[in-house]
Amino acid sequence: MCRPEWGRARTEARRLDDLARLRRVRDRIDREYARPLNVEALARGVHMSAGQLGRRFRQAYGGSVYAYLMARRIERAAALLWRDDLSVTEVCFAVGCSSPGTFSTCFTELVGMPPSAYRRRAATVGAGRDGHWPG
Amino acid sequence: MDITIHTSVLPHDDPDTSLAFYRDVLGFEVRSDVGQGKMRWITVGPAGQPDTCILLAPPFADPGITDDERRVISEMMAKGTYGWILLATRNLAETFEKVQAHDVEVVQEPTEQPYGIRDCAFRDPAGNMVRIQEVG
Repeated sequence: MCRPEWGRARTEARRLDDLARLRRVRDRIDREYARPLNVEALARGVHMSAGQLGRRFRQAYGGSVYAYLMARRIERAAALLWRDDLSVTEVCFAVGCSSPGTFSTCFTELVGMPPSAYRRRAATVGAGRDGHWPG
Repeated sequence: MDITIHTSVLPHDDPDTSLAFYRDVLGFEVRSDVGQGKMRWITVGPAGQPDTCILLAPPFADPGITDDERRVISEMMAKGTYGWILLATRNLAETFEKVQAHDVEVVQEPTEQPYGIRDCAFRDPAGNMVRIQEVG
């Protein structure tokens, strides 16, 4: 009574269920990036251990949970620096980073220049509230 | 030439839950519903706009899709990297509140985007990204 295709179907269903949980983690990062998130809390939210979440997330999306979280924060930070009259430190906290040093390092890595230089450049080209962000 | 954009297609993996999302959460009317089981083609759209439709379709109906492709598509849908659609509303805050009042997955609260729009985002039950932007 135990046909091999049933077993395969069950395995496949479990795999898709796991992927859907990872999607919920990724969506939660998109939604709550500005809050003090960490991998442990994200893992608890989908009933995985931090180790399991880290491993499966990387397998599914090709990068770590932390890298995805920081990418969201830096992307938002770049938008805020381009548009708003906020200091680099204010932007750092506004996007959920608690350490200006880490923020600056991460920003430089992803954007190609430090946040202060990026902000100066925005001011030079006259971005402001109505200006367009180059992407 | 007089061509309009009439129907966009999104995949479902459970026709009833997808139908419930577009009908009960987004408030769309159901224009047709054919097939049975997982093989259902459901056309929905906003009331008063009969020329704008979304077809909720089974992703593997084409017999030319191989087992490997089927697996990849299933996984991408579950991961949330497959289907997406951009909708619009005149009142984003109100729309967001109404949608959020249901049991739905919110991806993004209303946010001013650097490319000049204000939008929010949800997941439909099949893992498709549904972005809603504000238009004047």
